[in-house]
Amino acid sequence: MALLDFFRQSKPTTAQLAKERLQVIVAHQRAGNTSAPDYLPKLQKDLLRVIRKYVKVGDDAVNIGVERDGELEVLELNITLPSQQ
Amino acid sequence: MAQVVVVTSGKGGVGKTTTSASFATGLAQAGHKTVVIDFDVGLRNLDLIMGVERRVVFDFVNVIAKEATLKQALIRDKRVENLYILAASQTRDKDALTEAGVKRVIEELSKDFDYIVCDSPAGIEKGAQLAMHFADQALIVTNPEVSSVRDSDRVLGLLASKTAKAAAGETITEHLVVTRYDPARVAKGEMLAVDDVQEILAIDLLAVIPESTDVLNASNAGSPVIALGEIPAAEAYKDMVARFLGEDKPHRFLEATKKGLMGRLFGG
Ligand SMILES: Nc1ncnc2c1ncn2[C@@H]1O[C@H](COP(=O)(O)OP(=O)(O)OP(=O)(O)O)[C@@H](O)[C@H]1O
Ligand SMILES: [Mg+2]
Repeated sequence: MALLDFFRQSKPTTAQLAKERLQVIVAHQRAGNTSAPDYLPKLQKDLLRVIRKYVKVGDDAVNIGVERDGELEVLELNITLPSQQ
Repeated sequence: MAQVVVVTSGKGGVGKTTTSASFATGLAQAGHKTVVIDFDVGLRNLDLIMGVERRVVFDFVNVIAKEATLKQALIRDKRVENLYILAASQTRDKDALTEAGVKRVIEELSKDFDYIVCDSPAGIEKGAQLAMHFADQALIVTNPEVSSVRDSDRVLGLLASKTAKAAAGETITEHLVVTRYDPARVAKGEMLAVDDVQEILAIDLLAVIPESTDVLNASNAGSPVIALGEIPAAEAYKDMVARFLGEDKPHRFLEATKKGLMGRLFGG
């Protein structure tokens, strides 16, 4: 994306941005993945349980999200460890 | 047998009722016996746009509940021959419509009419699904704007999966109607161009209706836009009907009108 921006002559118009966003949205909608996978909350809970075997962490230590960029789908996982006492 | 045409969009307030009123009027003016049904139960407004609000005695829900006959509920348009309106109920909710009831009414109308135009409520829930259920063709009303285009795409998905035609393994003929189009903003790169909307949705473009202050005037007066005379929005709707009926008409009003010297001097 950044590389693409670099080669673009000038800043894209908002209409161009709208078109690019819609192309991604519609491709996903037609592929049947309209929302984030429904197993995410369960996965988050399971991960928290596993991590707690090793570290003492709070309930909000695990953060999960799905990022989409064109055809690419990335599962983003953030684990916050407690600060060293 | 009548052709059933649903006017649908997903997103609310994009111009379905405005388009239904002009489309039905245009079909009737071309000599086809046409009825336009308001499926927006609880929030009717087709009667206002058609200027018949004072003549509604019985409505669609009464007919479905067998509290009135179709003959009693159909309102004949006083200005245009061959044109009838079936109003929605103002007091009931969407659950008053049933698939079997809608089917019976459409089958009965089919014997008498050439075209049955179904003005869908917004959304993708029951009311919208019933409005599209028995359709042979669909007008997908879309504004050149991200959320409207996304909703239109979802509606296309429903048309292809949740309708009687889909269940029979047949396809509904889909037509794109882009409304509230502002060529000046498109030229400035502030609004999606019609080609882009069409490329994304990948269905046939039937018409582009320009953004116009005349549309509010039409609804104030209770007269469909198409009946307003030689103004761009009315002409665009006339072209839409002609194309729908098979005429080959180029799209107009896609370019911003350049202001003449007077316009530039005195603003506008
Ligand atoms: N081409 C146009 N130019 C300017 N205003 C328009 C145009 N088309 C529709 N409008 C305005 O947009 C508003 C919504 O139109 P309309 O009621 O036809 O939409 P709708 O899709 O039927 O809405 P709903 O989803 O609530 O049923 C109205 O105020 C109408 O006057
Ligand atoms: Mg409406």
